[in-house]
Parts: sequence; C-alpha cells; structure tokens
Amino acid sequence: MNVTRGFTGRARVHNPGLPPGQYDARDDWPVLSAEVTPDLAATDWSFRIDGLVERPHTWDWEAAHQLPASAYDGDIHCVTGWSKFGVRFGGVSLDAFLAMVRPQVSATHALAYSHTGYTTNLPLADLTGGRAWIAWEYDGAPLPPEHGGPARLLVPHLYFWKSAKWIAGITLLDHDEPGFWEQNGYHARGNPWEEQRYSGD
Amino acid sequence: MTETTTPATRFAVPGRIAVNAEAATVWQTATLTEIRRETPHAATFRLAVPRWPGHLPGQHLMLRLIAADGYVAQRHYSIASAPDGSGHIELTLDRVPDGEVSGWFHTVARPGDTVEVRGPLSGFFAWPGDRPALLLGAGSGVVPLMSMVRHHRARGLAVPLRMLVSARSPEELIYAAELGGETTTVFTRSAPPGTPVGRMTAAHVAPLLAEQPIGGWEAYVCGSNGFAEHASRLLVAAGQPVERIRIERFG
Repeated sequence: MNVTRGFTGRARVHNPGLPPGQYDARDDWPVLSAEVTPDLAATDWSFRIDGLVERPHTWDWEAAHQLPASAYDGDIHCVTGWSKFGVRFGGVSLDAFLAMVRPQVSATHALAYSHTGYTTNLPLADLTGGRAWIAWEYDGAPLPPEHGGPARLLVPHLYFWKSAKWIAGITLLDHDEPGFWEQNGYHARGNPWEEQRYSGD
Repeated sequence: MTETTTPATRFAVPGRIAVNAEAATVWQTATLTEIRRETPHAATFRLAVPRWPGHLPGQHLMLRLIAADGYVAQRHYSIASAPDGSGHIELTLDRVPDGEVSGWFHTVARPGDTVEVRGPLSGFFAWPGDRPALLLGAGSGVVPLMSMVRHHRARGLAVPLRMLVSARSPEELIYAAELGGETTTVFTRSAPPGTPVGRMTAAHVAPLLAEQPIGGWEAYVCGSNGFAEHASRLLVAAGQPVERIRIERFG
C-alpha cells in the first residue's frame, strides 16, 4: 500500500462495528438497485420457498403476517463502501418460513429471487439460525418501494446486495448458483468482515 | 443435482460481458498525469495505469487513497474515457461536500501524485457498442454515458446512439463543449434566454422512443437515485421494456 501524498481523510471512527474498508453513511441510505423500482402493491406480493424442501409453499401478504413477528436491530453494510448503524427492520424470521417447508438434508445453498427477476445466491447456513428475515418495516413504518418494499430479504451479516429487494421466493439447491451480481463479478458469499467484495477476494 | 432454476422474470439484465476476476481484485498504482476543469464543481483527472487491462464504456473501478497512519478511503467511480489502449483512463469527479476522496482530488491532487485502483468492475452497465443505445443522465451521471458517446465516435459506429442529459445550468453541464447532435440537453434551474427551464419530462423522452431503431433501444440511466427513479418511470411510461433499462445510481 502506497501512502497518498497529502491525504489525511476524515476523522477516524474507532467503531468496532465498522468492517474493513467501510465508512459510516450516518443518515444516508443510498439506493443502488440496477433495475426499475417495481410498482408492486402488498396485495400483489407473494413469497414462495421451493426446491429441495419437503413441502413447497407460497405465502401471500396476509399469510406471511400470521407468522410470529421478529425484528432486527443492528447494522447493514453495502459493498459500495457505506455501512449504516442502528437500523431497525420488522418482519418475520426466515426460520419461521423454513420450518413450514422443511428443507431436505441435501439442501446446501439457496437462490433468492425478486419480483423484478433479480437473483442472488447464498449458502443455506447464512439464512438460518436467526440471521435472516423477510422484512416489511423500516423504523416502524412500511418499507419504502425503492428500499425493497413491500418486502425484502434481510441478511444483514452479509453485504447488502444479498438482501434481495421485492423478494418473491427462495429456491433451495444442492449446489451454488451465481445470482445477478455474482454473475457480474461479485463474490459468491459477500462477508463484509473478510471484504469479500469481488470474485477472488 | 437439482434442476437449474430460472424464476419467471421481466428483468432479463444479463451482464453484457464477462468480468476479468483478476483485474477486479488486484490493486494497481495509477499516476495522475493531467487535471482538466469541466465545471465549477467537476474536474477530469487523467491517470496513467500501465497495466490497465482495458474496459468497456459504462464500467467503473474502485479507487483508494491511503493516509500515513494506514487509514484507507475507497470509492467506486465510473470511467469517463473510451477504451483506447493508451494505458490511460480518465475519471470526472464532482466535488462532494465533505467528501474525503473527491475533496482530496479537487484541493490537493496534482500531476505526479499516485493513487491505487482496481478494475474494471461489473459488466452490467457496460455497453460494447453492439446494440442501439438510449442514454439518460443527470449531473455527474453523464460520466459513464460519455464513455459510450466517445467510444461510438472513436470507432465510427453506425449503431444508433442518443443521449438526453440534464444539468442545473449550462455552466454545470459537464462535457458541454463535447456534446454533439446525438445529445439533447435539459436545464433544471437556469438556461439561456429562450431555452426552457425545468425537469426532464415525457415530452423529452417521447421523440426518442418514437424513432425505434431495428431491435429497439437498450436504455442506460445514470444519476442520483431521485433522477434514476424519475427517468426510469418516464421510459417505462413511454413504452421502453422494463427489462431493457439498466440503471446506475450514484449513492
């Protein structure tokens, strides 16, 4: 690493919650989706889990809201460099959905897909154990469309492109299958603490 | 093995090119060779990157600055120059209020300084020059689109290309002297007498979609999220297929 002449940078943030190479976006919440924000009403939203499961199932807005509510209070990290501290999302833990469809033992990976057709792949282990949600509230209010409303996947321990907006479904697989950004050179897993930004990192 | 799944989709968005994984992960030293002012808030920085692997118009890179105490600031920037094999690339940077990286470029940087870059990155917003391109940009969102315009000119491409670009005023219009007949400008705050002032509207987009090239347009939208939302809605309302609209939002 070569020191840049005359560069001092902003005041140092000694925040143990800030992964390497990230900065604190504070009040900003940048929108970085690559597609047109869909005009998707809650009544038209649905969420399906299929693939290597015992009982594939589709939930509509009302059925999903019958599951036990669960919130995430914590931080999120975007591969473009910003992190946002102390956010609060409300929804349902993905564990509650998975308990109903019962993943088969051969299921190792997942491909999440959006109502827009966006896709992203994750190891199944990153979606279980209280670390992933279907979220429809942000800070106590309905999740805005440009941030993935009516509902998005939320996997906050990975870079945020894994948290597919306008989530439509998850297919469980016995192999890894690259999603949209992953086919465009981004990392298969995307752990911000190991700076897994691009394929090869 | 399970079947390969293809969700029902209106969003085709395949990457336009394969991405070179090695180029995306290896940091290279880039030497600043020239600074050109574009507008009161934007300047172009020319960098010598001897082992630059080449890029396609629309791609971006990651750039980092390193302080003496090891502190690192890194940002993604669109590439402004067309691919030309010269071992040089150009970035056009807005001076962002309190921006630690753009602030360094605008107030400290001088030719001879070195920074580190890796890339090019992401094939999604790339335009190889193969399909008719309809480009909508605002502010510094014109930067990756200008790479496409420059590429189109440099190669003498016959494939149709049109650009609709929005700026606050003529003084704030980046690359003003370089824009040609392919470009329509929209000024949102002030304009010369006789030129309308206001936001981009359906009336700006309609004539472009009326002249449908064979095979239709690939639309590329770049700018702030507010602009991207507005412009992409105009395109959809005018009949552009949603799966042929690529959006690069500056966050």
